[in-house]
Amino acid sequence: MRVKRISPEPAALLVQPSVDISLMDSLIAKYKYKQGNLIPLLQGTQELFGFIPREAFLKLHNDTGLSLSELYGVATFYAQFRLTPSGKHMIKMCHGTACHVQNVTAITDELLDFLEVKDGETTSDGLFTVETVACLGCCSLAPVMMIDEETHGKLTPKKAMKIVKEIRRNEAL
Amino acid sequence: MKKTTVIVGLGSCGIAAGAGKTFSEFQRIKGADKLDFELKKTSCVGMCFREPLVEIIDDSGTYLYGQVDPAKADEIIEKHIKNFSPIPEYIVHSEKFPSADQSFFEGQVKIALRNCGHMDPENIDEYESRNGYAAIRKIADNYLKPDQVIQMVIDSGLRGRGGGGFSTGMKWKFARNYDAPQKYVICNADEGDPGAFMDRSILEGDPHGVLEGMIICGYAIGASEGYIYCRAEYPLAIKRLNIAIEQARQKGYLGKNLFGIEHFNFDIKIKEGAGAFVCGEETALIASIEGRRGMPRRRPPFPAQSGLWNSPTNINNVETFVNIPWIIFTGPQAYAAMGTEKSKGTKVFALTGKIKHGGLVEVPMGISIKDIIYNLGGGIAGGKKFKAVQLGGPSGGCVPEYLSHTQVDYDSVNATGAIMGSGGMVVMDETTCVVDIARFFLDFTQKESCGKCTFCRIGTKRMLEILTRITEGEGHEGDIELLEELAHNIKDGSLCGLGQTAPNPVLTTIKYFRNEYEAHIRDKKCPALSCKKLLTYTVDQEKCTGCMSCTKGCTVDAIEGGKREPHFILQDICIKCGACYTKCKFGAIQLS
Repeated sequence: MRVKRISPEPAALLVQPSVDISLMDSLIAKYKYKQGNLIPLLQGTQELFGFIPREAFLKLHNDTGLSLSELYGVATFYAQFRLTPSGKHMIKMCHGTACHVQNVTAITDELLDFLEVKDGETTSDGLFTVETVACLGCCSLAPVMMIDEETHGKLTPKKAMKIVKEIRRNEAL
Repeated sequence: MKKTTVIVGLGSCGIAAGAGKTFSEFQRIKGADKLDFELKKTSCVGMCFREPLVEIIDDSGTYLYGQVDPAKADEIIEKHIKNFSPIPEYIVHSEKFPSADQSFFEGQVKIALRNCGHMDPENIDEYESRNGYAAIRKIADNYLKPDQVIQMVIDSGLRGRGGGGFSTGMKWKFARNYDAPQKYVICNADEGDPGAFMDRSILEGDPHGVLEGMIICGYAIGASEGYIYCRAEYPLAIKRLNIAIEQARQKGYLGKNLFGIEHFNFDIKIKEGAGAFVCGEETALIASIEGRRGMPRRRPPFPAQSGLWNSPTNINNVETFVNIPWIIFTGPQAYAAMGTEKSKGTKVFALTGKIKHGGLVEVPMGISIKDIIYNLGGGIAGGKKFKAVQLGGPSGGCVPEYLSHTQVDYDSVNATGAIMGSGGMVVMDETTCVVDIARFFLDFTQKESCGKCTFCRIGTKRMLEILTRITEGEGHEGDIELLEELAHNIKDGSLCGLGQTAPNPVLTTIKYFRNEYEAHIRDKKCPALSCKKLLTYTVDQEKCTGCMSCTKGCTVDAIEGGKREPHFILQDICIKCGACYTKCKFGAIQLS
């Protein structure tokens, strides 16, 4: 079922970095009186902070009158929303049919091993979050992964590792 | 002399294959050498297996070059552009130089994909030069009444391309017949079927075609607002849609009193989906636009009566909408002349998996699966044996090789137990395990079930557990029967299409490959040598060089043998993780 895919451990909630929720004011002003504003509000919040912090939920509730349960219900229903901070780079491993048939699972396993994280987790240096996703729609290039906005196709474990290592090296400079 | 034009395919998959670098290289040299050619962008022509693609048009003809990396780009500029001598080895399609890849285009009839890869999707003038916005003008100039437009769509025989296969014209008629001050048109661009990407390609390649289809629908049913519900995973499609909407507004194609038709107002907004497969279902999609959890509700009332904000709403998917302008402009008879008795026109298929020439193909309904795979797709990759093809994604089913003469139309495909779905065609060869594929799809639907209906929520989970057990060698007698029983209960006990079709992959694989299930359960063997836990790993002493890389990769120290000595795997310690198999560079690890 769809829930709990990304719902955080209670401990993870406590260590949330503090954010400046006043950044949300213009977002709220834009959508406050619009019909069907709940999802755009959450999407906008996530765009600001990279995730939806606890205080943001409270602020949305206070400023717009949307109920907390509805906000939380929607945020945990859709795969897009994160309740914990993500790494600087988002690695989305495509686990669509075509990628599955081309053995993407082996690549994901190796990458997760290499980065020492589990699916959905962030590396300890905060650089990468790895997530398996349904389908990126680049099936003819399977297996595929997407790092931030860039898609990498025809992967092998080696190639995937090389790309990740390169980003890490560039970050260290 | 005509100016030479260089067109680089910059769709998502082209970019992933490196087309961005290719484009920059052309740009760089054009500037550096002060060359006088026109450099343009387009989207994907569907020939994904040869990306990045570059088309060169000059006096002598049109040449499509494949797999153009920056180095090849340099060569093409040097030889073709500067010295007018094309390079036949790199050409994948041209009238002058026959190539082995040509068969990919033969037999295709491009209607939905008519503009993809042939124009700059970010330029409204190019769309208009290809009969763009001519269909809505035809309606306005001939004073066609909404009912006449709907009749044309009915006459064309067009059926919903998102999977349902319901008559598009009839659907419009229902929405038209409800009287309401406000009606809506929604374009379903939440293409979630893993293995299907035609909607992405159409949105990226022909955004105006989709907009025009929606405008015509708005006129026909009497709606003044349209929404495109697009997956957030398609950033390029969203970007190009935004550009297209802005251009259409500036030209006065969206807004008030459009095309000289008094009181015809129509505008379009984009709603980004937040990632939920179930939102492809009409009522769930509406719930999501309204800002709620995307959970389907009971029908009736159908959206045509009470949809978005309780107003009459018509929902079609991307491929359906993009067909509309062509049908209105060319005439419904031309569309209905193609296809079979009950399935008219053409259908786009995403050809992927173990196929030589993967990509997007558009063929007339009624062509056989075999023809698509062998003639267009070039057959199975790597000389392997064709085993089955998965049609319709997680809601569809596996059609085995011996039924590959089945023609693709809604009814013939349904008769096999699969569905046409949105047109994903994943080809499997002898090394693909069908039990594992069934497990893969169940894993997907189980995760994507919204949880409203008990059978779908819990039933899919139980089925997944059974399938996982079988692929791990823990299956027992009675499992197949239990799967079948659960499958039928889930089909009967679910409200929406997700639950009703979720068991299809399992039912069809049991129907056509029961012996493979039995081999997993009784003999603890995977005939396709794919389920890791059922394999035995051994070292081929001839091939082993003693490089130790498998030894280092083994997490349980099950591999013995020193440097430059042949290695052995201790079977009682081996946990069958397959790490040695992926590590070995010499193909010395054997599976049995």
